[in-house]
Amino acid sequence: MFSGIMRNEWEGSLTKSYLGGVYMTLELFLQHLANGISLGSLYALVAIGYTMVYGILRLINFAHGDIFMMAVYFAFFGVMTFGMPWYVSFIIAIALTGVLGITVETLAYRPIREAPRISILISSIGASYLLENLAIVIYGGRPKTFPQIPLFTDMVQFGTVHIQMLTFMIPVVTAVLLMLLMYLINKTKSGMAMRAVSKDFETAKIMGIDVNRTISFTFGIGSLLAAVGGIMWGLKFPSILPLMGVMPGIKCFIAAVIGGIGNIQGAVIGGFILGIGEILLVAFLPELSGYRDAFSFILLILILLFRPTGIMGEKISEKV
Amino acid sequence: MKRNTIYTITAIIVLFVFVYFGNKYLDSYLLRILNLCAIYTVLGLSMNLINGFTGLFSLGHAGFMAVGAYTTAMLTLPIATKQMNFFLAPLVSPLDKIVWPFLPSLLLAGILSAFVAFLIGAPVLRLKGDYLAIATLGFSEIIRVVFTNTQTITNGALGLKGIPATTNLWWSFGTAVITVFIMVSLINSSFGRAFKAIREDEIAAESMGISLFKHKVLSFAIGAFFAGIGGGLLGNMMGTIDPLMFRFFMTYNILLIIVLGGMGSITGTIISAFIITIAQEVLRFLDEPIFPNVPALPGLRMVVFSILLMLVVLFFRQGIMGTREFSWDKFFRFFTKRPLSKGGAK
Amino acid sequence: MMNVLRTDNITMQFGGLTAVKEFNLELNKGEIVALIGPNGAGKTTAFNMITGVYTPTKGKVFLNQKSTVDGKEEHKERDITGLRPDQITKLGIARTFQNIRLFKDLSVLDNVLIANHLRIDSNVFEAIFKLPRYKREEKQMVEKSMSLLEKVGLADSRYEKSSSLPYGQQRRLEIARALATDPSILLLDEPAAGMNPKESEDLTVFIKEIRDEFDLTVFLIEHHMQVVMGISDRIYVLDYGITIAQGNPYEIQNNQRVIVAYLGVDEDA
Repeated sequence: MFSGIMRNEWEGSLTKSYLGGVYMTLELFLQHLANGISLGSLYALVAIGYTMVYGILRLINFAHGDIFMMAVYFAFFGVMTFGMPWYVSFIIAIALTGVLGITVETLAYRPIREAPRISILISSIGASYLLENLAIVIYGGRPKTFPQIPLFTDMVQFGTVHIQMLTFMIPVVTAVLLMLLMYLINKTKSGMAMRAVSKDFETAKIMGIDVNRTISFTFGIGSLLAAVGGIMWGLKFPSILPLMGVMPGIKCFIAAVIGGIGNIQGAVIGGFILGIGEILLVAFLPELSGYRDAFSFILLILILLFRPTGIMGEKISEKV
Repeated sequence: MKRNTIYTITAIIVLFVFVYFGNKYLDSYLLRILNLCAIYTVLGLSMNLINGFTGLFSLGHAGFMAVGAYTTAMLTLPIATKQMNFFLAPLVSPLDKIVWPFLPSLLLAGILSAFVAFLIGAPVLRLKGDYLAIATLGFSEIIRVVFTNTQTITNGALGLKGIPATTNLWWSFGTAVITVFIMVSLINSSFGRAFKAIREDEIAAESMGISLFKHKVLSFAIGAFFAGIGGGLLGNMMGTIDPLMFRFFMTYNILLIIVLGGMGSITGTIISAFIITIAQEVLRFLDEPIFPNVPALPGLRMVVFSILLMLVVLFFRQGIMGTREFSWDKFFRFFTKRPLSKGGAK
Repeated sequence: MMNVLRTDNITMQFGGLTAVKEFNLELNKGEIVALIGPNGAGKTTAFNMITGVYTPTKGKVFLNQKSTVDGKEEHKERDITGLRPDQITKLGIARTFQNIRLFKDLSVLDNVLIANHLRIDSNVFEAIFKLPRYKREEKQMVEKSMSLLEKVGLADSRYEKSSSLPYGQQRRLEIARALATDPSILLLDEPAAGMNPKESEDLTVFIKEIRDEFDLTVFLIEHHMQVVMGISDRIYVLDYGITIAQGNPYEIQNNQRVIVAYLGVDEDA
């Protein structure tokens, strides 16, 4: 790749350059970057749910992506079927999703907490499968269009490119939620309980912490975050399907692994790496855009091979 | 000759008499179901070897099936049909000229799948538990994405149509019977014991001199071999394949079969493959309007299936057979029901 | 005395914690050597470094093996530091575990049979299609395993699930299993744990018997002082990872540092 700066008479812009066969202007690059940061924020929000649940239960919650999907549909029906104003619908959807997350934990994970790992993993997959099939039956398999709310979808113009308001709001919302989350975890009793349970399950129980409630709480928080992510996702990518949570779900799990599973900062870092990386891949190598999903998987394999504990992770050794 | 061997041979002869008449007289709907039962037996056994007997949580089965299905399809498609399929971009040479008979195509499908497993296994089988699951899932998806994008080799997202329907009851049941025999022989051999040791306790197995890596890759590759053959049989029965067929759903269906049957039991897998395949057909009515005024709920069938899996996992973790196997002694005892003598039947 | 195994200042560090510091072990052929010390002293860690479960942070482990080259017997010292456990077992070092690691769901016989697998020459095809060489090897493995089970008195339980055996029998099964790997050096991690005095005495006799019958060198970790003193030619004592004493049983029994390590210092002394 070489970059040359050409003076372009047509636009009078000196910032056009030629990278590896793809025309790129500064504005275009910034647009891609904005999209990447946006996507990264969404991935981060969902990845946090995976990482928190893994940290506390050593369990991959395969159903997390589907909970994300449910939030989108809840919000959709709130506005389109029940005619609620969007802010009411969104809040109710988020709350309902939190409840759904806790319900999944109670029904699918709590009964077999003592079972061998493989059974728990299968139950996790089963719960995910069930949610997906329920969604197909209840919502129908055809795509629906998520309500477009002008506040979010209005465009802002920067030079030659247009960017949605939403693209800027997503990282801001994410940042605010993250700060609230860090406060919750580090400065409140419930947060301390969460940290204790994820460090040492048995001891936390002995110390009088209500482990069941803490776990439910963790699932609830994770689901709430995923719900916010889902609604913002629906606003950004309005075509919604029952299986829309599958790919983002896997990718967000990968993000959590890349960042170091069990580590919240890691999940955020992983989310951004994946989001920005994916967008830039498509931007600079459009001939490979069919492989954009494979990008995450390849990153995953690389991390698992060379640094399995992730960017922020710690090594756990087994006592022999 | 041992008595048990006589029983087994008799049973197989009876089976193939049934296959002969079945192939001749049964209607195509029933034939399809029976073929599927046998194919899912092969697929279930192949996954059970890796997940159930060696204890590796691999979620990559769909990828191996895809390799097998595409290999067999590409080799058995007549040249003219190939040209029709590849209208967007021509098929790369020499694949566009080659046509092979079914058996060598299936065998090559198996070998290629095993080779892919070997390539994947080398880096990935060092991982444990959840990480292995996600890594294998990742590779399976990578395979699928690659197949979706290699227009000139696999016809990309368009898939392949017009695959000759060479799978009949002889092929499917024949393969199933052979697979069962090979699996039984393998599991009862020293290597099978080594696999089980790895499942029970890796550290102890390694300390008893079993090379973890070598045996995990071996189990993985053998499982993939049969998964590839199963994929090939499936493709040449359904007549069309495309990358979307080989998503995680496919792996999940087979996982359901082996969990229901009992993850350490060959007998269980066979029984479960038949039960689930037949049940999936029988329950199709759930997708149709049940009562005159109740509209159809497409997808209800799969909801019922998901609930079934959850119930099995939550309450019947051992599945139908647990780790028990069929034996002629137990079979006859079941029917004669003599009272248990001292130190008698377990 | 002919050295069969020695370690050269092996050290094991986990992050900031030094579990074992500069451990120097010498095992001579036919000896029974014990490793004792308070809980957490690093004894199992030392075992793990020798058997390949851990790679020492520093230091080396050497195996001295006999081999016949051109009709002449040669002794060759080989650096086995950092080899994998299965490689080390193939070289003739076998072990049992502190917290019994039997293959729980498998039968007693299968547990021992598995330990034969490492010596198999047949490949997987021969095994699947029951070709002559495999059938022969399988028969030999079964015979050898049964004879080992008879030696430990478990022949009658051969088809029972190993986890259903009483504790003492499980320990014996683990030893039989280790013996099935054809070791020249046997490492036993607390073989007498949970045994009453009579059982411990039987164990002492048993260890001496198998040492003689299978031409072994034995290295054991043990807390039962009766067993240790009754059986050992030499003893090493670890405390917080450091070797605080070594010698014969009499020397160790009267070693002040050892007594202090086990019993603590008398405040009024």
